[in-house]
Amino acid sequence: MAVRREEERTTVDRYPGRVRVNHWVTAISLILLALSGAALFHPSLFFLSSFFGGGSNTRMLHPWIGVVLLLSFAILFVQMVRYNFWTRVDTEWMRHIGDVMAGREENLPEIGKYNGAQKLVFWLMTLMILVLFGTGLMIWYEYFGTSFTIEQQRFAHIVHALAAIAMLLVVIVHIYAGFYVRGTINAMTEGKVTGGWAFRHHRLWLRREARKGVIDERQVPPRRHGVGPAE
Amino acid sequence: MAGLQSQDFARISATTFRPPDVRHDFEVAKLIDVSKCIGCKACQAACLEWNNLREEVGFNIGVYDNPHDLTPNTWTLMRFTEWENAESGNLEWLIRKDGCMHCADPGCLKACPAPGAIVQYNNGIVDFVSENCIGCGYCVKGCPFNIPRISQTDHKAYKCTLCSDRVSVGQAPACAKACPTGAIVFGTKEAMLNYAEGRITDLKSRGFKNAGIYDPPGVGGTHVMYVLHHADRPQLYANLPQNPRISQVVELWKGLTKYTGMAVVGFAAMFAFVHATVARRNDVSRAEDREAEHLIDEEAARGREA
Repeated sequence: MAVRREEERTTVDRYPGRVRVNHWVTAISLILLALSGAALFHPSLFFLSSFFGGGSNTRMLHPWIGVVLLLSFAILFVQMVRYNFWTRVDTEWMRHIGDVMAGREENLPEIGKYNGAQKLVFWLMTLMILVLFGTGLMIWYEYFGTSFTIEQQRFAHIVHALAAIAMLLVVIVHIYAGFYVRGTINAMTEGKVTGGWAFRHHRLWLRREARKGVIDERQVPPRRHGVGPAE
Repeated sequence: MAGLQSQDFARISATTFRPPDVRHDFEVAKLIDVSKCIGCKACQAACLEWNNLREEVGFNIGVYDNPHDLTPNTWTLMRFTEWENAESGNLEWLIRKDGCMHCADPGCLKACPAPGAIVQYNNGIVDFVSENCIGCGYCVKGCPFNIPRISQTDHKAYKCTLCSDRVSVGQAPACAKACPTGAIVFGTKEAMLNYAEGRITDLKSRGFKNAGIYDPPGVGGTHVMYVLHHADRPQLYANLPQNPRISQVVELWKGLTKYTGMAVVGFAAMFAFVHATVARRNDVSRAEDREAEHLIDEEAARGREA
């Protein structure tokens, strides 16, 4: 984690490889779960089951992909939870949600690694994954078909469906934000963002990172005063 | 299903398409007269034989029910209840042949996510089409009578077919054929209702004043009906439900949730896609890049001091 001066730009490390791998394992499992789940959710989407080798295979694979997602998200949770505790700044930021939507970033308080909405995504995903996994076990007919009463399984089905819808909405917001706020996706692909991006969206975080020192990766030493390799 | 073809489908699971009603058919029904049943299990044996099924040898736990529950191989089961009639002081042996009721409004079919895995023929028979079945167990949750069973061997759902293969070639179901007392009769639904009338009159004349037919309207009526001596209390007969209906939870899950869920997620995805494509970019400006450099220098200096 560091601020790096490169030839053409300055970058800030945001996610190490182990977090990126976990994020993408979770993301891919989630997409596969959404597709296979949609196949079983609505008849007009049943054709999606052909991507999984037919209806029976979809029924068999869906819960196992859920197990993969639970495990990878559990690790992701451990890696990220310490940045996601709610602070007063987040409440303040949330009060200015109108400015956020309108793109008036100058009215917003300085934000650490995550803003209020990002933390909300984190906690909603945590909640939804737990609910989906719990209800998913209850309707995993092959192994738990007789562990719960039919009435309990009926409730599990509807809660599972509603939680999946809620989670997809959160995921849509998450993906949307990643694309709409330019420069964000680099954080999860290359693991770093530009200094300007950090300044615009997470200034407090940038301050903290810069205070830890700046690594100069340029071939030619800078001519400007006061900027040198980190000690 | 020798003679029943896709033209004969009245309903198909997970399908909006309903085939045009070209070939008309009489609604059929099986009438089980509980008052005539002697509990011989000939119907169970005939069912195994005709459908080429074998049941595992089980254990005697002191009841006559054998096996203890419906299984993927046992599509019909005699359930024995000993009941002391407080009014008459008699011990009554109530024997009910349990199995699929072939509802006019089948909950299994409503819950099924696999197109064509559950069908209802024009004649009212509800059938599982195994090659389309994916083994998810949703039918188990849809059924108000707790009938379908999922095989752990081939992961398909099984239940009574009302011998749709026999019926399609003009034969009565195997159980009806085998019944030695004529407690199981088969014919058009209309004929069976008429026949039941006569039986109920007879039972009433013998002192069973609450005798009646079990053709529950909550599921639109059934194509397997019972004549019960105590039709006012069907629960006496091994918990036959008083007023069976498709669970409201299942109705909500397969109704409102299914359509609104699809619409909400679809709309959100579409809106996000369009907005992210056409809206003003939320991009970092040159000025911010420069300010960032300045801030980094400042903070780095502060860091070195500390």
